[in-house]
Amino acid sequence: MSSARDVLLDPIFNKNPIGLQILGICSALAVTSKLETVVVMCLAVIFVITGSNFSVSLIRQQIPSSIRIIVQITIIATLVIIVDQFLKAYAFGISKQLSVFVGLIITNCIVLGRAEAFATKNTPGLSLLDGIGNGLGYSVVLLLVGFCRELFGAGKLLGFTILPSTNDGGWYLPNGLMLLPPSAFFIIGLLIWALRSWKTEQIEEEN
Amino acid sequence: MSRDSTKKILSVAFLLCLVCSVLVSAAAVLLSERQELNKIEEKRKNILQAAGLYQAGRPVDEQFSQIESRILDLQTAEFSDKFDPAAFDSRAAVRDPQTRRQIPAALDLADIKARSRFQAVYLVLEDGQLQQLILPVHGKGLWSTMYGFISLADDLTTVKGFAFYEHGETPGLGGEIDNPSWKQQWQGKKIYGDSGAVRIRVLKGKVDKTSPDAIYQADGLAGSTLTARGVDNLLHYWMGEDGYQPFLERLKKEGIKL
Repeated sequence: MSSARDVLLDPIFNKNPIGLQILGICSALAVTSKLETVVVMCLAVIFVITGSNFSVSLIRQQIPSSIRIIVQITIIATLVIIVDQFLKAYAFGISKQLSVFVGLIITNCIVLGRAEAFATKNTPGLSLLDGIGNGLGYSVVLLLVGFCRELFGAGKLLGFTILPSTNDGGWYLPNGLMLLPPSAFFIIGLLIWALRSWKTEQIEEEN
Repeated sequence: MSRDSTKKILSVAFLLCLVCSVLVSAAAVLLSERQELNKIEEKRKNILQAAGLYQAGRPVDEQFSQIESRILDLQTAEFSDKFDPAAFDSRAAVRDPQTRRQIPAALDLADIKARSRFQAVYLVLEDGQLQQLILPVHGKGLWSTMYGFISLADDLTTVKGFAFYEHGETPGLGGEIDNPSWKQQWQGKKIYGDSGAVRIRVLKGKVDKTSPDAIYQADGLAGSTLTARGVDNLLHYWMGEDGYQPFLERLKKEGIKL
């Protein structure tokens, strides 16, 4: 049995859901052009993944195995709708920018993956920590991608000008590619490269 | 009772659905009031921004009190009392056969197929005098339908402000229609030429400021010819014969009676 500390901290670098398992890429492309939306998206995912891990684990003895995936998805969908409703009420501007991608947390493979792989087999306490850990792992990667994209794509961070762009009379010519979703692919690729050079045990064996 | 018996499966599924539906409906019902307020406030903010009257930090409600909303019937070019301007939704009205107007293909410059016969328009008044008239416009860009407001000065041809509040154009390229400096250039441009026809154009490239036509021309957007063309098209449609032109001409002729 792994210790609570490992359960919480492993997903951040050692078993990062995006870096090692390459899950949850879709939203990492879609919402990372600005750091502000990234932060809200990360909080939403941490809430959903923690909530779903905890609830699934609470009733794990009761869930019939034949409908367990449906049960998990129902729980996840409920949490996502609640988050979406809250954002629409209290962070309207950001929820407009995130648009469908809040709803699409339902299909984020990390959330279902952790519910199925971890929460169905572990106690609620450990599942809760696993949820937070994986949410943080996802967030670390998204924050890094969002940081690069906003800085080089718009010359700003969290809306504050860092590199004054030529459009506003400065010297920095923004890199338009950084504002387009494919740029996140390049950045995630480079991040995975960096991560695997640092933690060589993550390199997959060649067949 | 075994974990995989039919009875167990049904009861677990039923209980789970019950709990989840209560949670979801509770969230939706409890938060709906705030969400509606947000939507109204957002729209008012866009109208104020188009008019160039928006001041960050002041409550939107208070700022909006200087603006009067009216429903305009495009068919008769008259104001109408059929709807409450605050509750009127022109996008829903397009779907309603009662208020839908199919646009003949030859006239459909903005590529929107159909529009509502009624539009909510906004008047900025000062001592009963019209200062600005704010009109909703929309049309196809490259990827998306762009929704915005254009604000005209009291001569009904000079642009006071023009801004889009909803679009899905490419960030950094067509998305630059949100760029404050691009929006700024619209101030003082004229829509109609001396003949009364729509003369405003969005150019490909920059406007030559020394040209006598400069007042009828706006800068294009580098790298997004099609978005700029969409803006040009939607202005020609909405400011033209099938759009607000009959109404504006009536206002000019008869003076602004409110």
